[in-house]
Amino acid sequence: MSKESTSPFDVAVIGAGPAGLAAAVAAAERGARVVVLDAATQPGGQFWRHRPESVEPDPEGHGHHGWKTYLDLRSRFDAAISTGVLHYLPNTQVWMIEREDAGRFVLRLTPATGTTIEVPTVRADKLVSCAGGYDRQLPLPGWELPGVMAAGGIQAFIKANGTLPGKRFVVAGTGPFLLPVAANIAAAGGKVVAVCESSSLTNWLPHMGAASGVPGKALEGAEYAAIFAKHRIRYRTRTVVTKVVGDSSATAVQIAKVDASGAIIPGSERLLEDVDIVGFGWGFTPQIELAVSLGAETRIDADGSLVCVADEKQSSTVPGLFLAGEVTGVGGAVLAVAEGYVAGASAANGEQPKTSTARQIQRHRRFASAMHQAHPVPEKWDELLTDDTLICRCEEVSHAQVTEARDVLGATDARTMKSFTRTGMGWCQGKVCGYAVSCLSAKGTTDENAQHASLTSVAKRPVATPLTLGEISTLDSREPHNL
Amino acid sequence: MSNPPQRITVNLNATPVQAEAGQSVGAVLMGQGIKAWRTTRNEGKPRGLFCGIGACYDCLITIDGEPNQRACMVQASDSMNIEGDFSA
Ligand SMILES: Cc1cc2nc3c(=O)[nH]c(=O)nc-3n(C[C@H](O)[C@H](O)[C@H](O)COP(=O)(O)OP(=O)(O)OC[C@H]3O[C@@H](n4cnc5c(N)ncnc54)[C@H](O)[C@@H]3O)c2cc1C
Ligand code: FES
Ligand code: FES
Repeated sequence: MSKESTSPFDVAVIGAGPAGLAAAVAAAERGARVVVLDAATQPGGQFWRHRPESVEPDPEGHGHHGWKTYLDLRSRFDAAISTGVLHYLPNTQVWMIEREDAGRFVLRLTPATGTTIEVPTVRADKLVSCAGGYDRQLPLPGWELPGVMAAGGIQAFIKANGTLPGKRFVVAGTGPFLLPVAANIAAAGGKVVAVCESSSLTNWLPHMGAASGVPGKALEGAEYAAIFAKHRIRYRTRTVVTKVVGDSSATAVQIAKVDASGAIIPGSERLLEDVDIVGFGWGFTPQIELAVSLGAETRIDADGSLVCVADEKQSSTVPGLFLAGEVTGVGGAVLAVAEGYVAGASAANGEQPKTSTARQIQRHRRFASAMHQAHPVPEKWDELLTDDTLICRCEEVSHAQVTEARDVLGATDARTMKSFTRTGMGWCQGKVCGYAVSCLSAKGTTDENAQHASLTSVAKRPVATPLTLGEISTLDSREPHNL
Repeated sequence: MSNPPQRITVNLNATPVQAEAGQSVGAVLMGQGIKAWRTTRNEGKPRGLFCGIGACYDCLITIDGEPNQRACMVQASDSMNIEGDFSA
């Protein structure tokens, strides 16, 4: 990257996933000078994660949906890089954003891996955050055992490494995302002992109207049915994993049938033995902390996640800050791309989206909302917890400690819970435990806004990624390093 | 188009181990049947990969002398020194 030019960028894009690629391409093709910051080492985000191009330069996209869209976006992305309008900084994590007098965004950067960073700061007039999300988790007995992973984490492992993390898998939680995970495990040669879906598929029936607005989804459903039949994968609905069993790592899971509220049906428990990897996915948590730190307004989406408010131009409530993809609500890669195009164009020149694009986005939002309603987090999920089940993995805070702080000390929100029990104070800064801690704390109050307030306090992290003290202390002495 | 896999050698607590190029440190360890490589501060419990994408920090490990690196994020490279509590 040229260090001679000192002018700030027109547009900075955080994330090079489906949303970020589309935003970057749309802005660059409108003549904006764009910088893209992404924690990963190559473009694609979570959905189009692929083997390192150093070992597989021309991936064929096996096991990927929408690979043609990726190839198109990627060639336009690469073209914009080669003409010098787009600067791409991989392996780079944005950890803090400030604003200068003129309203310009100042992005502080740290290496995602390793210890050196070439460019510690970039400035831009407009910002598009496409930071995506990570798997949402619910604690249960045994979830801290090695061999228990996020369902998306298994998917990412297979896509990035081309190998499997184990041999015999159980995938559990809720939502259609469990299907591609199981399918990819089977395609890579792993045995999927069972997929446990807590919802009942009849939950879909009231929402078929919304689903039929997105025909591609029905097609994918048929595709998975065929894959499941071929690999003899048991798809158990209204079923949850009640505990993971093992000494030093997972070796079995206990499953049980549940009713619509998530309460265990007595006598339905059974043990699935000889399992070495258990993948859990209860939807996704959008990464909105950077947008929240800039003051973006939030709302609770249909899946119970805290997401940022965006208008039809993908503009947040903060002037100059645009949002696309999971940060505006979990809705899948097709929606993320559509929003990314709109956000990039708005950021570049204030362009209004075409009516057809706006309609497409609306259709996908309706589908996503129907999907979330059909796959809720079971209301009674916490009935599985024992006193010593860990709620906060990082700080090893138990369920008994959390309920005591709530019921005896009155910690009915995540912030108070944190000060009493240290939940959310570990390395992950509450990314993993934040949702569960918010739910459990809110059970101690009748205040309807308690959950929103708790999730907001979880999203208010001083820094978006843990830094070494050295890094923080060098901050003030850093030369403003423009590009 | 896959190139034939390129082999690299990494050192796991000073023991040389062959691995395929282009894998994360976490994948190399899991490939060796190692599922945990650190123990927790309070209870001394084993931990390895969890989120798989850099969010949870369960997979922290020492790489080339640098502690607290995320095994799921770092790509293994030839003659890399990886140190952890593999008996965890
Ligand atoms: C682990 C995982 C696996 C998934 N696999 C599938 C799948 O197989 N099929 C499916 O249909 N859906 C999958 N999903 C859901 C899917 O990711 C989304 O639907 C889609 O990728 C959303 O696109 P996005 O552009 O909003 O975000 P993402 O694809 O998540 O891209 C966000 C990018 O931003 C980067 N980023 C975030 N914060 C920062 C920061 N502070 N600084 C720098 N960079 C940052 C991330 O590293 C990432 O590259 C998966 C989700 C996860 C979490
Ligand atoms: S799990 Fe609670 S802070 Fe990480
Ligand atoms: S497995 Fe979560 S950070 Fe590496």
